Amino acid sequence: MSTPAPKQETPVTLEIFTAGLWKENPIFVMMLGLCPTLAVTNSLANALAMGAATIFVLVGSNALVSGLRHFIPKQIRITTYIIIIATFVTLVDYLIQAISLEMYNALGAFIQLIVVNCLILGRAEAYASKNSFNKSVVSAAGMGVGFTFALACLGSVRELLGSGKLLGFQVFSDNFEPWVVMILPPGGFIVLGSWLILFKWIEQRQTKKIISSDAATHCTVKHNS
Amino acid sequence: MAEKSPKIDIRTSPYIRRAPTVPEIMRHVVYALLPICAYSVYQFGISALTSMIVTTAAAVGAEHFFCRMAEKRSTIGDFSAVITGLLLALTLPPGFPLWMGAVGGFISIALGKALFGGLGFNVFNPALVGRAFVQAAFPVAITTWTPAFALNRFSEFIPSTLAFPFMTADPTAEWTLNTAIDGFTGATPLALMKFQGVMTDAKDLFLGTVAGSAGEPSSLLILLCGAYLVYKKMLDWRITAAVIFGTFITAGFFHLMNPSQYPSASFMIFSGGLMFAAVFMTTDMVSSPVTPLGIFIIGFLVGFMTVIIRLFGALTEAVMYAILFGNAATPIIESFTQPRIFGARRDKD
Amino acid sequence: MSNPDPQIPQLPSSLSLIQKLGAVALISGLLVAMVYEYTKPMIADNQRVALEAALYNVLPASASSRLTFRLEDDQLTLVPDDTPNEGDLIYAGYDNEHKLVGIALTAAAQGYQDTVKILYAYDPYSSCIKDFVVLKSTETPGFGDKIATDESFLKNFECLDAKVNEDQSALAHAIKTVRHGTKKNPWEIDAIAGATITSNAVGRMLDKSGQFFHPAIAQNLNLLENAQRSTQP
Repeated sequence: MSTPAPKQETPVTLEIFTAGLWKENPIFVMMLGLCPTLAVTNSLANALAMGAATIFVLVGSNALVSGLRHFIPKQIRITTYIIIIATFVTLVDYLIQAISLEMYNALGAFIQLIVVNCLILGRAEAYASKNSFNKSVVSAAGMGVGFTFALACLGSVRELLGSGKLLGFQVFSDNFEPWVVMILPPGGFIVLGSWLILFKWIEQRQTKKIISSDAATHCTVKHNS
Repeated sequence: MAEKSPKIDIRTSPYIRRAPTVPEIMRHVVYALLPICAYSVYQFGISALTSMIVTTAAAVGAEHFFCRMAEKRSTIGDFSAVITGLLLALTLPPGFPLWMGAVGGFISIALGKALFGGLGFNVFNPALVGRAFVQAAFPVAITTWTPAFALNRFSEFIPSTLAFPFMTADPTAEWTLNTAIDGFTGATPLALMKFQGVMTDAKDLFLGTVAGSAGEPSSLLILLCGAYLVYKKMLDWRITAAVIFGTFITAGFFHLMNPSQYPSASFMIFSGGLMFAAVFMTTDMVSSPVTPLGIFIIGFLVGFMTVIIRLFGALTEAVMYAILFGNAATPIIESFTQPRIFGARRDKD
Repeated sequence: MSNPDPQIPQLPSSLSLIQKLGAVALISGLLVAMVYEYTKPMIADNQRVALEAALYNVLPASASSRLTFRLEDDQLTLVPDDTPNEGDLIYAGYDNEHKLVGIALTAAAQGYQDTVKILYAYDPYSSCIKDFVVLKSTETPGFGDKIATDESFLKNFECLDAKVNEDQSALAHAIKTVRHGTKKNPWEIDAIAGATITSNAVGRMLDKSGQFFHPAIAQNLNLLENAQRSTQP
């Protein structure tokens, strides 16, 4: 294989990290990895554990993919990425079992299913295979934190309404009427949809503001000339 | 700001007869619903009244809110949100906690209507979307029935009505015991049929002296109000007829197979919310089909599903799911049943 | 792309591809092996603690010691306490006088979401299934997880009949779950209204486990009774 011409490395910036948090949030913007998002966010604790596991897999696999990116031939890259991702999923599977069996039982098969989370393969293919080790790790961490943030958004609303608790602590009085639907799968869709609407609405208002202020400056310029 | 262009109304012929506008139609539907509401209040007292006020207010408020968010002109003037709120209240138990009713009213508009782009674009009947949500969210409260014609229904609320927001409703069992006229257990005719094999007399069902949702008991009144809308040409009686026909055929079939296990067709038609749904829900102009054959297919499907779910499903009341199912099937049925345009030839493939 | 690519990309030889894939797999394997070795004692420890807690809840309070047996081809063999349970272990509890006071068995079946696994107490003298704890369940909160809390459901397990038949080959009556409110016989389980699937799973798993264990326990009751005395003279 011909090695590409050496390029000037752009430095690692904060923006690479924050892109995953908001502008390219994996769930709210890119809509990647929705299966675990809908399945395990019926409580905040599950959501956070899932987020932590995903961060681990994401950072680990992207680091390895990025480190080996000149070594891996193009023809077998997907196979290789899957092997690497599966490795980290197996690791996290063991680690969670070692840390808390209860958490492991609560997350069920979804730990193993991280391996097919398209977010992770997507980032390996789209980012880590083309960028330096440092940048890949930072970007993966950003994506992972963004993913966890989104899971926590869903998990907190669903747990609060679905069982009146937050992280297992009773928030409302004992008399609270749980919205059973929120813990069930439809609740996941409804809450995800509501968050999407909210974020899109905020975004639209912001762009509108920018456009109208632009228009205003244009007008004044015209008047002056 | 764009200049306002002069408004030219373009209509198809004939030009003399004016088609009723949306607010006009909706207003007449509200008129038709009012006697049912009044009878419901007479039956269940002030709890039913407050329930209607709260759901309607929530629905109208939600409509206004979403119009504002979308920066459109508020459409609460067309009465469609009022209808949604009233329909929802009439499908809920009379003692349904008010805060849950408000949630239902909001969800009706939010998920049932605003999400699809407002009136005219909704796939499902908004009131039923709201009811399906509260059914899934609060399964206990929505199956807590209180007796009709309780003695002090005009002076005090059903205890569950006034539940504090987000709190569980007070149990109504004791209240029911104290106020019921005689031997009332809080079970609807459908529940009695399903779990105890007891059939309620068709006359009671027809006149509405049984427990049930706020608006479902009296089939007679519902039919009269429906007749008014049919007379005003604001209701497609063919849908109602098709639903009842579908129920009749399916229930009759099972009844003939095994009369001791399956109730008669007349029981199926007059019990629960079927009559109310057939007249006011399936005929919703937006979510019901328009092609003649489609009307029949969907109506029959709704009736068929209702009987099947009632007899073999885990739930006692099934009309809601049957109609939502029918709503979902409407677009595809319509596309299959497009009438041939006069003179047009069918394409070979 | 600015630099012109060759029209036909050159395919590396299969051998080099296999070598590289092998190298990546080797790294992966090493990582997995390392973490596996590191976490293995911790996981075993966690599982042991969970099992101990469950056994403590299920076996009668008078049980001060216990022995673990494996059931294979109708034969009971004494195994160490930390043997991993593959659904064939019998936990027998003994009191201070080395008398058999209770037996704990596991059962598992497919629930609504995933396999539900329970540990239940079986009294070989009264032939009753008495109590159970859920070892593993991902059932719907608010519905399926009620099997552990619903009072009227737990009432089924005051004494659920699990007698073996005359020739000690199977249960006298198959344990089954019936619709809520229709329980008539002591070997029937009254389902939870609204959690029928999980209730049915409990019935199925107890029947399966009962058919598997109970006849063998009845046949080998003497061995179980005397085991503690013979091991600790």
